[in-house]
Amino acid sequence: MTEVVTVSSSIEPAVRVETKRQPLPPRERLETVFEISDLEALYGSKSALKGVSLEVYKNLVTAIIGPSGCGKSTFIRCLNRMNDLVPSFKQQGTIRYHGHDIRAAGVDPVAVRRTIGMVFQRPNPFPKSIFDNVAWGLKVLGMKDGLNERVEKALTQAALWDEAKDRLKTSALGLSGGQQQRLCIARAIAVEPDVILMDEPASALDPIATQKIEELMHNLKSEYTFVIVTHNMQQAARVADMTAFFSISRGEEGARWGELIEYDATEKIFTAPSDKRTEDYVTGRFG
Amino acid sequence: MSALDTTEPTRRSLSGRRVYFGDTLLQVVAGGAALAAAVLVGLIAYKLVQGAHLAISTFGLGFLTHNIWDPVHAHFAAGAFLYGTVITSVGALVLAVPLALGIALFLSELAPGWLRGPVSALVETLAAIPSVVIGFWGIVVLLPLMANHIEPALHSALGWIPIFGAPSTSGAGYFPAIIVLTIMITPIIASLSRELFLGVPRELKEAALGLGTTRWEMVRGVVLPYARGGVTAAVILGLGRALGEAIAVSQVIGATPYITKNLFSQGTTMGSKIAVQFLNATPPLEPSALIYLGLILLVFSLIVNLLAQLVVRRASRRLRG
Amino acid sequence: MSSAEISVFARPNDRLRRRKLVGRGVELIAWFAAAMGVAVLGVLVGYVAERGASQLSLDLFIKSQAAAFSVTSASQGLANAFVGSLVLIGIATAMAVPVGILIAIYVSEFAPRSVKPVVNLVLDLVAGIPAIVVSIFIYGLIEVGHGQTGLAVSYAVAVIMLPFVARSTIEILALVPNSLREAALGLGAPRWRTTLGVVLPQTLGGILTGTVLAVARVSGETAPPLVLSYVVSQGVAWNPVHALQTVPLAIYELGESGTPSDTALAWAGAFVLIMFILVVSLSARWFAARSRRKLGGSR
Repeated sequence: MTEVVTVSSSIEPAVRVETKRQPLPPRERLETVFEISDLEALYGSKSALKGVSLEVYKNLVTAIIGPSGCGKSTFIRCLNRMNDLVPSFKQQGTIRYHGHDIRAAGVDPVAVRRTIGMVFQRPNPFPKSIFDNVAWGLKVLGMKDGLNERVEKALTQAALWDEAKDRLKTSALGLSGGQQQRLCIARAIAVEPDVILMDEPASALDPIATQKIEELMHNLKSEYTFVIVTHNMQQAARVADMTAFFSISRGEEGARWGELIEYDATEKIFTAPSDKRTEDYVTGRFG
Repeated sequence: MSALDTTEPTRRSLSGRRVYFGDTLLQVVAGGAALAAAVLVGLIAYKLVQGAHLAISTFGLGFLTHNIWDPVHAHFAAGAFLYGTVITSVGALVLAVPLALGIALFLSELAPGWLRGPVSALVETLAAIPSVVIGFWGIVVLLPLMANHIEPALHSALGWIPIFGAPSTSGAGYFPAIIVLTIMITPIIASLSRELFLGVPRELKEAALGLGTTRWEMVRGVVLPYARGGVTAAVILGLGRALGEAIAVSQVIGATPYITKNLFSQGTTMGSKIAVQFLNATPPLEPSALIYLGLILLVFSLIVNLLAQLVVRRASRRLRG
Repeated sequence: MSSAEISVFARPNDRLRRRKLVGRGVELIAWFAAAMGVAVLGVLVGYVAERGASQLSLDLFIKSQAAAFSVTSASQGLANAFVGSLVLIGIATAMAVPVGILIAIYVSEFAPRSVKPVVNLVLDLVAGIPAIVVSIFIYGLIEVGHGQTGLAVSYAVAVIMLPFVARSTIEILALVPNSLREAALGLGAPRWRTTLGVVLPQTLGGILTGTVLAVARVSGETAPPLVLSYVVSQGVAWNPVHALQTVPLAIYELGESGTPSDTALAWAGAFVLIMFILVVSLSARWFAARSRRKLGGSR
C-alpha cells in the first residue's frame, strides 16, 4: 500500500514522496535496541559530536539526516565501535545495547561488531569471488554448516541471487556498483547480526540501484533493525520510520561540532517539525 | 586559438629549425641513453658468453652436474658451487621470509604510532649496511660463536637431523653464510612487504572488521591475499639478492667445495668462488670456467627478475577484477 | 564483567575466546620478529661502534695501509683507501648521474606508452645483476690483458648506480604536475626547452637526494675493487688510471688477514664507512622530507 505524504499547510511543500511506510506502532510496543545518553565524540581534542541522546527501536528503519560535517558518520560508527580504529578517538557518554554498555570493560569490540553489522558508503567487496565474499565471514565466525544454503539465503535477501547465481565463482569486482553494494549487504546479513548500520549506502549508486536497496530495507525490517545515514532527504522520507536530524553548532574560536536537533517519527519531522532548524533543513532553506 | 595560429608560422620561420632541432636532439640523446641501457644488458650477456665460451665448449652442461675444481689438470665443474648457492639462498629464505613478514605485519598493523617510525628507520638502516661489514662482523664475531657455542649445542641437541652434523672447527661453513644472507635480505623483503600491507585499502579492512572478525582474521583474510602478489615478488627479489651475494658469503663460508647435507660443513657458492679465485685463476681454462659461473649467475638473476615482474603483473590484474 | 553482560553479544559456535587467543599468539610472533630485527641491527652496529670508534685517531686518516703481504710494516691507517674511494666513486657518480637523468627524461617525457615498461624492465634487470657479475664483465671489457685500473672500478660502480639514479629521477619527474608542462608548451616553448628549463629545475632537489642515496648505497660495494683494483699501493694515490685502494676492499683484506692490528683497523674502517652511509642517507632523507613539506605548503 503506497501512501503519498502530503505536506500540511504550516510549512511550504518540500517533500513529496511515495512511501511504503506503515504507521508506527504505539510507543509501549516499541522495544529499545540502542539507548544513547549524552554522547560526545572527540578526535584528539576536537569534538565532532556533543550531547546526543536518543533511542533506537527494534525492527524499524531509523534515518540520520543533516548537512555535511554534522557528525552523522561519526555517530553511526560509534554504534558498532568502528571509531575505536581511529587512534585519536575518544568518547564520553554511554551507548547501551539492550541495556548493556557497549564500551564496558568486559566487552570485546569484535563481539559488538558481530551483532551490529555495517554497510559502507562505497561498495567494498573483497577481491574474491561472489560466493567467497559472503562465505568468508561465515567460515571465520563458525557458521560453516549449510554454507551453500546460507550464502544463497543471504544473496536472495539482498535481491542479488538471480543475478549472481550463475556466476558465483567469478570475481566480485566484475559486478556493477549497485550489485556490489547489494553483495556487501548480503555479506553483512549472512552472519545474522541484529542491527545493520548503513553509512549512506546508496550515495555512490544510480537511482535504480538506490531503489532496489530501499526496497531491501523495507523487506528485511522484520528481521533486522536498520540505522541509516543519508544526505538525501527524500530517501529518508521514503524508507525511514524514525528520523533524527543533526546539525552543526558553532562555538568560540571556530569550533564546530554536531548536535542532535530533533528526533521523531519521520512523518512528523517532514510535515510538522518542532525545531525551526529542522524546518529550515527539510524545506531546503539551507544545507 | 586564432591568436596562436597567427604566431605559429612566424615562430617557425624565424627560429623554426632550431626549435625543431632542439627537440630532436634531446629526444635522440635521451633515447640513446635508454637504448644504451638495453644494449648494456645485451653486452654483459655477450661478453660473459664470450669469456665463458672456452669453458662451455670444453665442459658443456656437465659443468653444472659434476663436482671438481682442479686447476692443475684444468678440469672444472661447478656442481659444489651450484649446490652451495642454492643451499645458502634457500636456507636464507626459509629464515628471512617469516622474519620479514612478521616485521612487516608489526610495522603495518600492530605497532603503536610512536614506535612505527623509529622501527621502520631501523629496518631501513639494516638494509644500508654494506655486505663487507656484515661479512667482517661474521668473521670476527659470528664464526667463533658458531664454532664454540652454537654449532656444538645444536649438534648435541639435534644431531640426528642430517643438517646439524659435525660442527665446523673454524666456525666457517654454510650455516654462518645462511645467517649472514638472512641478515642481508630480511630488510628488503620486510620494507617491500610493509609498503604492500600499508597499501591495502582501508575500506577492505573495515569491511572485514565490521563483520566481527579479529584483527588477525582480517589480516589473514584480506591483507595477506591482497598483498600476495607483491609479497611473492618481494621474496623472489630477496632470493635474487641472496643468489648473487659474493662478498659476505666468501668471508664466512670457508671456500671448500663440499656437497653435503651437513650445514655446519664448509662450502662454497658460485659468487664467492668467483670473488676468491678470479685474480688467481690459471689461464686459459680456469678464468673461462669462472666466467661460466658468472654466466650462470647472470641467467639466474635475469630469470628471477622476470619471474618477479610476471608475478606482480598477474597480481595487479587479479585485483582490478 | 558478568557473563550476562557479555552474552548479549555472544553467539553459539562463536569460539570467540579461542579466536582471540590465536590472534594474540600471532601478534606475539610479530612483536618477536620486530624485536629480533632491531636486536640484530643493534648487535651489528653495536660491535662496529664499540670496536671501531675506539680506534678512531688522526692516524687513521693520515697513514696508509701497508702493501699486501708485507711482513715488516703493519698497516697504520686507511688514508689511501679513503682517498681512493672518494676519487673512484666521484668519477662513477659523474658518469652515472647524467646518463641516469637522460634515461629518466626519455621515459618520463618522450617514450611512447609501449616503450616505457620496456625501459623500466631494462632498469630492473640491470639492478638485479649481481655486483660480482658486473665486475667480471668490466674486467673482460677493459682489463683483459691490460692490468688493473681504478677507472674500471668507476665504470662498474657506475653501472650499479645507474638504475637507482634513473628510477628515482623517473619518480621525481612523475611528481611534477602536468599542468606545468602544459603551461610552458601552451606559451609556445618547444619540448626541449620545457623539459630542461621548466620541468628539470623543479626536480633538482629530488635528483640530488636520489644521487646521494645511490652514492651511500654503492660506497660499500666490494666486488668491483676486488676484481678490478686489487693492487694496494703504498701511500695515498689520486690517479684513477692506476689501481687505487678503496675502503670496502681494505676492510675485506684486513678482515681476511686476521692479525689483531689489522682486525682493529678493519673495525675502524667499518665504523667510518657505516657512519658515512648513515649520515649521508639520513640527511638526504631529512632534506627530502623538508623540501617536500615546503613544496606541499607552497602549492
